[in-house]
Amino acid sequence: MSTTSERPAARTGAIGAGPRRVEGPAKVAGTAAYAYEYRAADAAYLAPVQATIARGRVAAVDTAAAEAAEGVLAVLWHGNAPRLRTDAELPGLQQPGELHVLQSAEVHYRGQPVAAVVAETFEAAQHAAALVTLTYEQLPHDAEFSAGRTDLATPKEDHRQGDVKAAEGEVVVDQTYTTPMQHNNPMEPHSTMARWDGEAITLHESTQGAHMVRETVAELLGLEQGRVRVVAPYVGGGFGSKGPLHAPTVLAVLGARAVPHRSVKLAATRRQMFSLVGYRSPTVQRVRLRADAQGRLSGIDVTATVQSARLGDFIEEAAGPAKSMYAAPNRRMGHRAARLDVPVPTWMRAPGECPGMFGPEVAMDELAVACGLDPIEARVRNEPERDPATGKPFSTRNLIACLREGADRFGWADRPAEPGARREGEWLVGTGVAASFYPVVPPVGGSRALVRHAGDGRYVVSLAAADIGTGAWTALTQVAADVLGVPLEHVEVRLGDSALPLASLAGGSTGMMSWGSTVHAAATAFRRLHGDDPAPGAEAAADLPEVAHRDDYAMHAYGAQFAEVRVNTDTGEIRVPRLLGVFAAGRIVNARTARSQFVGGMTMGLSMALHEESVLDARFGHVVNADFAEYHIAANADVADIQAHWIDEHDPLVNPLGAKGIGEIGIVGTAAAVANAAYHATGVRVRRVPLRLDDFLDAVGA
Amino acid sequence: MNPFDYRRAEDAAGAAAMVADNPAAAFLGGGTNLVDHMKLGVAAPEVLVDITHLPMDEVEALPEGGVRIGANVRNSDLAAHPLIRRRYPVLSQALLSGASGQLRNLATTAGNLLQRTRCVYFQDTSTPCNKREPGTGCSALEGYQRYHAILGASPDCVAVHPSDMAVALTALDAQVVVQDAATERRVPIARLHRLPGEAPEHDTVLNHGDLITAVELPDMPMAVHARYRKVRDRASFAFALVSVAAAMSLGADGSVSDVRIALGGVAHKPWRALRAEEALRDGPATEERFAAAARAELAEARPLPGNTFKVALARSAITATLRQVHAEARGGDGHGGPGGHGEEQR
Ligand SMILES: Cc1cc2nc3c(=O)[nH]c(=O)nc-3n(C[C@H](O)[C@H](O)[C@H](O)COP(=O)(O)OP(=O)(O)OC[C@H]3O[C@@H](n4cnc5c(N)ncnc54)[C@H](O)[C@@H]3O)c2cc1C
Ligand code: SF4
Repeated sequence: MSTTSERPAARTGAIGAGPRRVEGPAKVAGTAAYAYEYRAADAAYLAPVQATIARGRVAAVDTAAAEAAEGVLAVLWHGNAPRLRTDAELPGLQQPGELHVLQSAEVHYRGQPVAAVVAETFEAAQHAAALVTLTYEQLPHDAEFSAGRTDLATPKEDHRQGDVKAAEGEVVVDQTYTTPMQHNNPMEPHSTMARWDGEAITLHESTQGAHMVRETVAELLGLEQGRVRVVAPYVGGGFGSKGPLHAPTVLAVLGARAVPHRSVKLAATRRQMFSLVGYRSPTVQRVRLRADAQGRLSGIDVTATVQSARLGDFIEEAAGPAKSMYAAPNRRMGHRAARLDVPVPTWMRAPGECPGMFGPEVAMDELAVACGLDPIEARVRNEPERDPATGKPFSTRNLIACLREGADRFGWADRPAEPGARREGEWLVGTGVAASFYPVVPPVGGSRALVRHAGDGRYVVSLAAADIGTGAWTALTQVAADVLGVPLEHVEVRLGDSALPLASLAGGSTGMMSWGSTVHAAATAFRRLHGDDPAPGAEAAADLPEVAHRDDYAMHAYGAQFAEVRVNTDTGEIRVPRLLGVFAAGRIVNARTARSQFVGGMTMGLSMALHEESVLDARFGHVVNADFAEYHIAANADVADIQAHWIDEHDPLVNPLGAKGIGEIGIVGTAAAVANAAYHATGVRVRRVPLRLDDFLDAVGA
Repeated sequence: MNPFDYRRAEDAAGAAAMVADNPAAAFLGGGTNLVDHMKLGVAAPEVLVDITHLPMDEVEALPEGGVRIGANVRNSDLAAHPLIRRRYPVLSQALLSGASGQLRNLATTAGNLLQRTRCVYFQDTSTPCNKREPGTGCSALEGYQRYHAILGASPDCVAVHPSDMAVALTALDAQVVVQDAATERRVPIARLHRLPGEAPEHDTVLNHGDLITAVELPDMPMAVHARYRKVRDRASFAFALVSVAAAMSLGADGSVSDVRIALGGVAHKPWRALRAEEALRDGPATEERFAAAARAELAEARPLPGNTFKVALARSAITATLRQVHAEARGGDGHGGPGGHGEEQR
């Protein structure tokens, strides 16, 4: 028998192939249940009552009519809701203020839950919720986001290298770029089914991390973790907002407390998705580049002003990516925050990087124009040898390879240098490029995987990881099958249950790096302990392996995105017939699900470029376009030819699998590529997303 | 949502009486607008009178040359109907540009006409709105205005009517057949919807209990070349920022002998562009005159700070649509001849 430590990683070739999703048939047949869909004979339904003021106190609550309504089981408000441990220390990603639901009369944001009804049916709960009468002592609120405010906070000291003010060079790009408030809207809204049995609670939860929910709920309730079980095998998307907990989960927990032994269901309505589960902060990015006439940067200065909440601080780190993208001796990156009477922002796909690569990547295009350079060449000239932010060597950095390969595939060479040069019928046509970037972030929390031989050469692999649609079910099956040297069908993976071994949060694109590495380690350990002919019931477990060189190298994934944009000469309407991305993100474990992640990210990036914008009406303090007819997300007709490719990148330093994250990088850079292409089509430089037809009306002569 | 009663009417007059007799009753068509409003708390009828099974679901040619469309004909069926596609393609185009396939399968002709504004404040019961609650104020006046009016608004309401279909019907000079408990009458489509004035709570001139039973289209040969152009923020499944329905017929010399223009997304009602029509009729069909006609129509435009772009957009969309229908009319009528700049595709 060979020693497994020398076993080549790819034993069967399963890693890197593109098998279909193992849970695909169950999803198509509708048997892969989401949290709200579990059948419960004893189901009850919860409807939140939301504050209609943005700041103040609830002076009085009249629940009489609601309590008298048919089917009502309980009406909760701060006067009668079960107490939470508001002084408990919660995991760092949580926003305690947001989670202390119904614990006081204070109102911190419009839409905050101030009461809740539990009833026999969804309809009865909704109806009774409308019968709860609240009286408020209203205080003046402030929900006016602007970079011009005089009370902006500096959450962290600015990142400084050299002296950006002293940077020399005749070319200056000094512009302000803005991105809007956006709301995470996974297909499956945030949902919970909560049930108390004695002093134990079970949650079927739509979450990116069963263990994180368990720990947080246990802390809030003062329960031992063993008394909280969280089940989440299938999750219909999360995009980050199902990483931290939000108010609805806590409401369901409190509501269920009022009706023991009943399964209390709560799914946020679409409208509630715009007030209860966080959002991406708007950003205003002042970007100043200084370069010589050849386009070599001497200074990069980025200040990102973002929105945070008085109730809890969350900083969208939009100035972050500029720290390490391009070489320049003098640099300063910093954040300023407006703390307002609004809900607390949260993670949304590539928080920081996604908005933070818009301003700088459009600025790089402007630099290229100012220097008369091709935009790819402008980037190549500023390629750093070492990570500018830390001075460390890169484990791998293949940005230039992505730009070159993308240029080939896209047909970049034929591009006219001048903007506004191409016209086809009633369309002005242009092309643009931008870089993508996403760091290899450390996983949030530890992981442990258990491999068990079920007999007959079949194996069960378990850990509590959350597959939020990314393909983890399939990719982890591949990793285990490959290391164990068995066909895919011989491996059954079990995920998404806090009763299974600890798994890190599905966040920061870390799934493959953490769970994949952990399963890799556990399967390797299994073969080492039990050989190739194990007894039925043989088991081995392993923890997430340490990454030996974590601190010695800068580890990031890169990409290049190309866009073709058409602008209508009568109406200014913008269409994007073509998007092409090339990524360098380490080893690709499953080609099929990876493509889906890249293309999905780019589609969301397109949606950001042209559509998504939450309109916060500062007079009221809430988002007024809070449904899918008004908050536009790219529809099928907007999405034409989107291609994702990747280069074969070997990076043994990032982790034993060689995998970097792929879940988020696809959304990074798309909006800048589209804006740059729109400039090339029309000669109009738009420094704000979403791009709108009104931006081009003058240019097209309408 | 409030609890409510559900009834089915026996016939049109009976349905009208059932609703007329109860101030808290409402007709239920496809329900794609009304039921949404009930969920949002914007409407709280105590009785829904379902009319979808009444025999008002035919599209028929009329003896004198027009077409009669039953009030219950679903938007998808109407768009696909051969009579409509052949003789009034502008109506098909308008319908197909609206909503989504699923919604069009449910939405009825009458329901579409009587759908209410998409003004975000109207749909949000936590904000003041004169249309929803008279006298509370208009939140849009200093709020989100991208989808609001540039023509015919009042200080009490700046909302627009959202229907695409109604814009095409307006260009086609449709008549709306209305039944009350006692009699039937016809209302020209241009007079069905109101401007807001001081009573924005009234979208139309109909009385409570008036049932729409049909819509009649007159015989209109030039409608064969009519076109609908919808300008929107998203390539599909979005309401119009501005839309234009236009038809044109040309005289033997190539000049404009007749023209119909209606606009969507600009006013509290589908906007018949009479000034533009006036400016064009009986004169040469040139790009300059198309543009001048568009300017004439928009001379009275009063945009809001949040939608000033719509004036230029509407102007350009009108001009472009006229250019297009002119080309169609020339092709279709076989009128060659010089068309000035109109024949240039910009
Ligand atoms: C997401 C979304 C997007 C949409 N996009 C578009 C779009 O782009 N363009 C567009 O034009 N529309 C759009 N719509 C609106 C859609 O066209 C309307 O909802 C639909 O046409 C309404 O028809 P209905 O039969 O469902 O009406 P209902 O909801 O049943 O009724 C609407 C109103 O008409 C009354 N009513 C119904 N029938 C009669 C009758 N016979 N006589 C008297 N009163 C009657 C009802 O009482 C009610 O007040 C969209 C809707 C949604 C939800
Ligand atoms: S524009 Fe009309 S519908 Fe909108 S808030 Fe004002 S009154 Fe209401």
